[in-house]
Amino acid sequence: MDILSFLVIIPVLTVLGIIIAKDPKHTRIISAIGMGLQLILAAYLVFAYLGERNAGNIAEMLFRQDYMWYANLNIHYSVGVDGISVAMIALTAVVVFAGIFASWKVDFLPKEFFISLILLSTGVFGFFISLDLFTMFLFYEIAVIPMYLLIGIWGSGPKEYAAMKLTLMLMGGSALLLVGILGIYTNSAPDGGALTFNILEIAKVHIPIEAQRLFFPMTFIGFGILGALFPFHTWSPDGHASAPTAVSMLHAGVLMKLGGYGAFRVAIFLLPDAAQELSWIFIILTSISVVYGAFGAIVQKDLKYINAYSSVSHCGLVLFAVLMMNKTAMDGAILQMISHGLMTALFFALIGMIYGRTHTRMINEMGGLMKVMPFLGVAYVIAGLASLGLPGLSGFVAEMTIFFGAFQHTDVFHRVVTIVAVSSIVITAVYILRVVGALLFGPIKNPHFEHLEDAKWFEKLSTVTLILAIAAIGIAPLWLSNMIGTSLQPIIDKLSMIIP
Amino acid sequence: MTSFSFTVLIVLIPLFVFLFVGLLGHKMKPIVSGIIGTSGLAIAAILSYFTAYQYFFNTEKIGGAYQKILAFNTVWLQFTDKLHIDMGVLIDPISVMMLIVITTVSLMVHIYSIGYMKGEKGFARFFAFLSLFSFSMLGLVLATNIFQMYIFWELVGVSSFLLIGFYYTKPSAVSASKKAFIVTRFADLGFLIGILILSFNTGTFDFISLTNVNGAAIATGSGIAFLGLSTMTWSLILVFMGGAGKSAMFPLHIWLPDAMEGPTPVSALIHAATMVVAGVYLVARLFPVYAISAPDGLMVVAYVGSFSSLFAAVIACTQYDIKRVLAYSTMSQIGYMMVALGVSGYGGHEGLGYMASMFHLFTHAMFKALLFLGAGAIIHSVHTNLMTEMGGLRKHLPITHITFLIACLTIAGVPFLSAFFSKDEILTAAYHSNKLIFVVQLFVAGLTAFYMFRLYFRIFWNKDTHYHHTPHEAPLTMTFPLIFLAIASIFSGYIPFSEFVSSDSLPFETEIEWWPIAIPSIIVGLLGISLAYILYKKESTLPHRIASSVKFFYTSAFNKFYFDEIYMFVTKKIIFNYISRPVAWFDRHIVDGFMNSLAWITNVTSVKIKGFQSGQLQQYAFVFISGAILLGILFIYLFSI
Repeated sequence: MDILSFLVIIPVLTVLGIIIAKDPKHTRIISAIGMGLQLILAAYLVFAYLGERNAGNIAEMLFRQDYMWYANLNIHYSVGVDGISVAMIALTAVVVFAGIFASWKVDFLPKEFFISLILLSTGVFGFFISLDLFTMFLFYEIAVIPMYLLIGIWGSGPKEYAAMKLTLMLMGGSALLLVGILGIYTNSAPDGGALTFNILEIAKVHIPIEAQRLFFPMTFIGFGILGALFPFHTWSPDGHASAPTAVSMLHAGVLMKLGGYGAFRVAIFLLPDAAQELSWIFIILTSISVVYGAFGAIVQKDLKYINAYSSVSHCGLVLFAVLMMNKTAMDGAILQMISHGLMTALFFALIGMIYGRTHTRMINEMGGLMKVMPFLGVAYVIAGLASLGLPGLSGFVAEMTIFFGAFQHTDVFHRVVTIVAVSSIVITAVYILRVVGALLFGPIKNPHFEHLEDAKWFEKLSTVTLILAIAAIGIAPLWLSNMIGTSLQPIIDKLSMIIP
Repeated sequence: MTSFSFTVLIVLIPLFVFLFVGLLGHKMKPIVSGIIGTSGLAIAAILSYFTAYQYFFNTEKIGGAYQKILAFNTVWLQFTDKLHIDMGVLIDPISVMMLIVITTVSLMVHIYSIGYMKGEKGFARFFAFLSLFSFSMLGLVLATNIFQMYIFWELVGVSSFLLIGFYYTKPSAVSASKKAFIVTRFADLGFLIGILILSFNTGTFDFISLTNVNGAAIATGSGIAFLGLSTMTWSLILVFMGGAGKSAMFPLHIWLPDAMEGPTPVSALIHAATMVVAGVYLVARLFPVYAISAPDGLMVVAYVGSFSSLFAAVIACTQYDIKRVLAYSTMSQIGYMMVALGVSGYGGHEGLGYMASMFHLFTHAMFKALLFLGAGAIIHSVHTNLMTEMGGLRKHLPITHITFLIACLTIAGVPFLSAFFSKDEILTAAYHSNKLIFVVQLFVAGLTAFYMFRLYFRIFWNKDTHYHHTPHEAPLTMTFPLIFLAIASIFSGYIPFSEFVSSDSLPFETEIEWWPIAIPSIIVGLLGISLAYILYKKESTLPHRIASSVKFFYTSAFNKFYFDEIYMFVTKKIIFNYISRPVAWFDRHIVDGFMNSLAWITNVTSVKIKGFQSGQLQQYAFVFISGAILLGILFIYLFSI
């Protein structure tokens, strides 16, 4: 059975279902059922994957399917997963599921909203299962384009500007990426033979170093723009601030992860020599991201801006860890993607819920909300604690794995940047506690807030799903870390083969 | 050999209670959540006493030494082949001693809180947080490896944050909780970097391998690496930074006085008896590594401890808020424990300081918890924290009065009460190692007696204040813990501590050195008490006149030597205004400005060149013909050469 293709088929069928739906209520229910099935499928995939591995299947990618798509250029629809993609798929399924419930009350063109949202998720799922660079790129574009509509139509504030900026910057990234991918393609058979887009095939050959030097920066920056690499991150604050709740959730929670995932699956895995040679430039940029994002977040007043900057910092850590190029750090990078995906989705969901009640996102206009909406307040505190790396929640596991991985390098440069990155934990604590204090604690500033309602059932469902996932990883991280770690082995082998 | 696997329950029971009361607390009657919390802790306490009995009396010793027993261990997260974080339970003399301290004080605080917090909003939340704290603290002391300790260290920090900010509608409580968290977090940064370096060098997190005297870990890390100290020393100093943050040592002490915003039982449990001694416990846990591989690190511990104890004692003499006086007193007493560790050597009688430190930790937990709970009973009945608004309370609160007096006598080092013995051991250890520190600690002993009796006389004697509501003695739930702890304060000094706790786990003999240690210390203590008696027994203007005669010094001390202001300057001015604002501005105007200007240039260019596609045939024809002519000329020119 072709289990992976179902990950793409279910969202497409859901979209079709929404098209024939009669009223908004049906739209919502169909979306919820579709994405619920998707969540179940993703959970099943995790167990099926672990089952196969326990049964001794040591193939690099499992559940492979391969269909020729365009023979002239040797483009295939080729899918397969390893532990890393499985983890990312599970993350996506959780975030999308929570996102549907967080946008339960979208009343402006609900049908079109849910169609775009689910289309976006289709792209993401497709991206994570693809083994063919071209198909991967195609899915990537499917994920990015609905974003423009979602922000431009359902957004708030200067939404046209934000949508335009976000799309243009990401398209700029795509352009670099396309050139990079084509460059890899044209060099995929240095000893003659058929050119290929297949990642596993390319990984077996050694791309000439000159070509690597040219195409590594392109692919890395191309993906890096999506992963909020300094100084290409400025789409993020404006984009998030204007985006509707579920879009922020998906975007920060999942879409930004395409950047990190691509950066190591394509840029590092396929172009390891250049990665090794040029990593120092990007390590400097990412360690700037980490600290700079955190400092940037301290002075912001808009909840969404705070989170956008916080995402710059946390996603910077992902790319930072990827560039450390050892098993522990990369394991941490993937864990950080998952952890950040979950907690930032939770943050944006909560910000959306709070905004829906108070009609403001400015922290200086709020205060004492804990008293009127304890459920949302507690959830916000949990999200904050996860973000500042409290043990028992997912952020801690990811950050520590990254720090200890990075510290395995013995040279001064790597040590110093690691300590710079570690110091972000204090700055994070500062801005998180500032927000939590201003937003939830203290006396109630605005008398209109006295009678606000606490979370509704669908909001609770959305929040609890995410919190459970965060806590599950935080309390028992070993299985996830092992699942990822085993799958990193081919990449580590390739790196160690090449590095002198 | 006895199996200790049941000790896992000591940690897990409070966790379950936390989850149960935390999730369902709002559905129960308040008193039910209180009873569930208290009984959970009572079970943990019984198990702890049982563990102690089994460990000290029924477990085989090897070569006369108490063994470290790994009661439970499981891999939690694997970093590299060598480095993995385990979760487990390590049973050894100091962890068992800490079990007793934590569960005893915590149980007393639970019982006390049923009375103290009665009728408060968030009663269930309070008990949930107390259980969370007990869970984290027990996990911390039972940790098998330094990383597990760090994990629980952070959890302890967050429970402290939640409890300090318990009255979350009160802005001062919110900012105090924030301050406590951020300051300790900053210290933990040092701790974490210390662990990074330490674990990289030794290849292990595990306490048993780290502290094995003949092991590989202790042998590594000699040799000078940076600024004249070895890597090992640096890593241990960084680890100590974490300990100094949690234990409110100078200059990371500023959060502790503010932490008194929390409910008083919390101050007793967390900010007096248990959490704040975590730093001492951390150094004690790694003591062999400090003593053998990094004696310079130990010196830092000694001097930091000594200075902190003096610094805090001076400030304590000037404060009026009774909880703040007690907070500074806590800081000062923890300084003593640090000093004791700092001056101690390893093995046999050399390790007297180590034993003394743990001994003082034990007795201090009892009498300081008693002082705080007593202060709570006083505040509860007169509704103020300021001693200037009190006086003559001995008539209204007889039980509180007697127990408070016992605690004051104990902390002042009056002979044959518990702290007399433990403080005496510390002074002995200091005397044989570093005379300067000995003199300082002796002087601090006098100051301690003075400020404690200043507090005592101001509250219970002095002027007969007229109260709006006549103060009433607290209910039994509150007085019972007072009486229990008073008994503990009197008698816990008679535990033959050196039989149980020593640096190399081998029991040894100690005796009181009357001269030149115990007698001077008694004399200084009595001097302190007498001075307080003269100044504060009756209402008088003498204290005021003395204060004005050393005005500059007095104001500085009263304002805590302006440390809050310095920190304020660093955080508000430097971090907020000089780093974060420029970063935000840079991001908006330079980085983003660059992106926007790219877009703007593209726009302008396209506006300029869009004129070319005007759709006017004449213009196209004109351009076409001019181009053709130009090309023609160009070709003619090129070919004619």
